[in-house]
Order: sequence, then structure tokens, then C-alpha cells
Amino acid sequence: MRTYLIRRVIQIIPVFLGILLILFFLMEHAPGGPVSTMMDPKLTAEQKAILSERLDPKLPIHQKFFNWIIAAFQGNLGYSIKHRRPVTELLGDFIGPTFILSFTSLILSMLIGIPIGVLSATQQRSLADNASTVFSLVGISMPTFFFGLLLLKFFAVDLRLFPLYGMRDNLLARNATWLARQLDVAWHTVLPAVVLGLASTASFMRYTRSSMLEVIRQDYIRTARAKGLKERVTIYRHAFRNAIIPIITLLGFWIPSLLSGAVMTETIFAYPGLGKISVDAVNTRDYPVILGVNAMLSLLTLVGALVADVLYAIADPRIKYE
Amino acid sequence: MEIKARSPLRVKRDFRQSYWGNVAYRFSRNRLAVASFATLFIILMACIFVPMISPYHMESIAMNERDVPPNAKHWLGTDKIGRDLFTRLFYAGRISLGIALVVTTVQCLIGVSMGSLAGFYGGIVDAFIMRLCEVFLSFPFLIVCVTIAMVFGNSIPVLILTLALLSWPTVARIVRGQILTLREMEYMEACEALGISDVRRIFKHLLPNVLAYVIVYATLGMASVILTETSLSFLGLGVSPPTPTWGNLIQDARDLLVIKNKWWYWVPPGLAIFLSVICFNLVGDGLRDAIDPKMKR
Repeated sequence: MRTYLIRRVIQIIPVFLGILLILFFLMEHAPGGPVSTMMDPKLTAEQKAILSERLDPKLPIHQKFFNWIIAAFQGNLGYSIKHRRPVTELLGDFIGPTFILSFTSLILSMLIGIPIGVLSATQQRSLADNASTVFSLVGISMPTFFFGLLLLKFFAVDLRLFPLYGMRDNLLARNATWLARQLDVAWHTVLPAVVLGLASTASFMRYTRSSMLEVIRQDYIRTARAKGLKERVTIYRHAFRNAIIPIITLLGFWIPSLLSGAVMTETIFAYPGLGKISVDAVNTRDYPVILGVNAMLSLLTLVGALVADVLYAIADPRIKYE
Repeated sequence: MEIKARSPLRVKRDFRQSYWGNVAYRFSRNRLAVASFATLFIILMACIFVPMISPYHMESIAMNERDVPPNAKHWLGTDKIGRDLFTRLFYAGRISLGIALVVTTVQCLIGVSMGSLAGFYGGIVDAFIMRLCEVFLSFPFLIVCVTIAMVFGNSIPVLILTLALLSWPTVARIVRGQILTLREMEYMEACEALGISDVRRIFKHLLPNVLAYVIVYATLGMASVILTETSLSFLGLGVSPPTPTWGNLIQDARDLLVIKNKWWYWVPPGLAIFLSVICFNLVGDGLRDAIDPKMKR
């Protein structure tokens, strides 16, 4: 197990460097670039040359790449052109809302998806099972933005039950209590979390159902039933515990995909998170920010996959790693 | 009841003797999948023959008929410069479905060749290709698409290449896995003993056995490409605006007033995306069950 862990961590390094290299290359070939955006167009050509030498020195690309990597590992991802702040600081500010949003929707979809998945596996071909199959099919086929717009139309525009956009009400009195502020954030998070959670609820249902069906067929479940255990005990004590293992381990893969999915949701609801700043950064050609967001999300994806593998090994001792 | 359905008269099905005949037969028994296939066929035909169905042209502007809600003359109403939205919906379908088809084809071509190289030769080739797969799979998909669209401009060829380049590893992994098991089989040993060349062994003896899985993946892949392309277009980073795609049509609804009052702008394209994605998913599931009944749950 320990050698496996060490080998996996070592394997991540070349993959991550490969990703960074490709991203860096893309950015270097991007039109515009930091210099032309930051400079006053009224400057003379000479002044421009001096400034661009200072801002973006003409080094060979591998030199630039190494400089960037070394700086990045020291926590310096460059300087945002639009926000005029260090990228690390910016990411620190915007990652909070994204985490609130993704974790709310993750927990929501687990709370809904897993019990329904168990139910539809234990009552295969019943009305409930068919309904949940239809729901999960709809869930994975629904375009996020369309679902978001539908909810926005019905619940925010027509019924006025939820706010239209943002994360906080700017008009909320400054002397409002702490609780009132938190409730305000929660109220703003409902619609985006539901939109973000739809697809993952559907996948949780599908995975739980198929995993439960597989476990229920096993011999030890038949033994448990033959012993005369109550059906409830058989399902929840014996079957569910084993069926849940692959789903929990999948969490490692969910996290990066949730963060990526937050891009659409945050754009629709103008929710101030990582997704929104990366789309804004693309529109304003703020390269350091794009590079930073991409690098961070790729690292999260790699670490997520690693966590999933390790959890799997811990949860299921039958799996052997050489 | 079972016995009655298999009366001697119905045994005469010669096409069931072949592998693909069997698959087609099992697929035809899945009513939901067949219905989805028919729906997709209708959507596709409507997109291809829209100039014959609709009296309007995609770009024809009628300034005296702006923002008209659906009526007998304009089935899905008109937009803010008086273009007929029914016509535009199907012209948009041409682009959206066309892109999905090309992306899936390119992605399968790259994936199959990489996967069969990795599976067949093993060793260092395999290790290198699999690391490459990992690199491409670890990109934050949507954000990288957005980044590439920004760097190279958002034209259709760039979009197609981006989507294909980011999604071939899934196909490669499926193909590699299959080839790894097939390679150990006795008939491959026979091939080696007969001195058949590597190229011939891959193309003639291995790939036909993998094809079924690739077709299933390609069908399900169509669904996800449609979703990604429309999402990117919705963000304004897919196909650039004068060309209609389903995503671009919805992009017009990013205005609260349009969301509130003009449902005919964004509901029909949304439903079109939803319907075609759900149909591709159902056809894919149906094909998978038909090809490998053991995988059915």
C-alpha cells in the first residue's frame, strides 16, 4: 500500500508538468498579451519597447516556463491584469463561493440520489424504480444552462421566490445580524445549487442502483435472508454498506467535475466564484488568471483521482496493488 | 405466452445468423430505443430538408414582423429583427448536429488508433500513450475549451479540433482494454504462427471485434458533444454568433427581459437540445444492450 501510494504520487508529477507545459504554450501563443492591454496607447514606440522589456522580458520559452514554475511553487502565480492584484490572492477570494456552491449541491445530490437509488434497486421494475430511471435519464440529458434558465424564469422571475443573481443582497442593511447575512447567502445559493446538482443527483441514482443490484445478487445476502433477518436489516446493514463503497470512492472524481460544472451555473446566476472569474478573465484576456485557474483545477483533478484510488484500496481490502 | 411467440413460422429469420443481424434484431425489440432512433431520424431529416419545409430563408429579415409570438404564419415566432425562428431552429440544428458528428468521428479515429497501438504493442508505447491520456483527461474540460477558443479564436474548425483532442482518451482506453484481452486469445496466436503482418492483424483481426464498443461509445459521445458545444456557444465561446447553433439561439436569452417575456426565443432550442441528447443516450443504451446482453442491468 505504501509503495503504491508513493508510486502514484510520483506518477502525478510528469502528468502535471505535461499539463502545465501545454497550458503555458497556449498562453504564450495567445494574441494580445499582458503588455498591449496594460499600456497606454498614447505612448511612443520607444517607450513601449522599454515598458514591454520590463513587463514581459524576451526570454526563450523554456526559460520563461521554468521561471513561471519556480514562482508558482513559491505561491506566486503572477499578477492579474484586470483586477491589478496577485492571482493567488484573487483565487483565494473567489474559491470560497465556489466551494459553498459545489458542496451544497454535492450534499443535496447525495441526500436525494443515494436513498432513491437504494429504493429503486430493492423494488426493481416498480413504479418508483421506473420513475427514478426516467428522472436520471432526464438529469443527465438536460443542458445545464437550459435547466438554469427554466428555474430562473419560474422561480425567480415569475414567482419571485428566489433572488435573480449574485451571492449576497447588496441592499441588506449593514447592521444586519450575522445570522441574517448567512441566511441571505443560503437563499441566493438555492437555485444555483439545484441546477448544479441535477446531473450529479442523476448519476448518484444510477450508480447506487446498479451497485445495489450487484450486491443484492451475492451469496451472503441470500445467507442473511435465509437466516431470517428482517428485509430492512438485510438491505441496510448488509447490502448497503458494501454497495456504498464504490460510490464514496467516486467522490474523488466528483469534486473536480463539480468545480468545472460550476462555470456554467455561476455564469447564469452571476455567482461570484472561480467559474465566473475564469469566464471574465477569458473575455478580458487576463492570461495570468486563466493560467492560474487552469493549473489549480488540473491539480485538483489529479489529486481527486489519487484520493479516489486510495480510498478504494482502503475500503476494499480485496483489491491488491502490486 | 413465451412458447406462442416462438411458433415455427417465426423461426425463419436468416439475418439472425450473423452477428450484426443478431444485434439489429435485439435492438429492434427495444421499443424505447427504436422510438428514439426514429425521433433522431425525423430531427435530422427536418434539419437537412428545412429549405423545402419552410418558406423563409435563415437570414431573411422582416422589419414589420419583429418579436412576433408563435402564430400560424411563423410557427415559432420571430426574433428581434424579424427572422423566422422555426427556420433558424433547424438551420441551427444542421450546425449543432454536424459539429457533433464530425467531432465524434475525429475523436473515434484518434482514440481507436492510439488505443490499438497502446494495447497491441504494450511496453513503452503503452506507457507513453496512457500518460498522454491522463494528461488530456486531467484538463478542466470546459475551462480549457474556453481558453483554447480565446487563444485561437472561436471558429468551427477550432471548436471541432478542441473537442476531439480533449475527448479521444476515453475511446483509447476502451479500445486498449478490449485489445489487451483479445491479444491473449488463441486466434491471435494462430495469426502470429501464420506470419500475418502487424498492420493486418490490427485492422483485420482485432479492430472488427472492438468496433461494437466504439459504436456504442460514439452514440453516447454524440450526446455529450452536443451538450458541450451548446454550452460553449451559450457562453459566447463556441461558434461565433451570426451562424445559428442551438447554443447561440439560447444565448439571446441571457437577457432577463427575454427570459421573462419571450419564451419562444429560448424554449424551442432548449427542448431541441434536450430531445436530441436524450435520444442519443437512449439509442446508445439500446445498442449496448443489443451488442452485449450480459451488460444489461
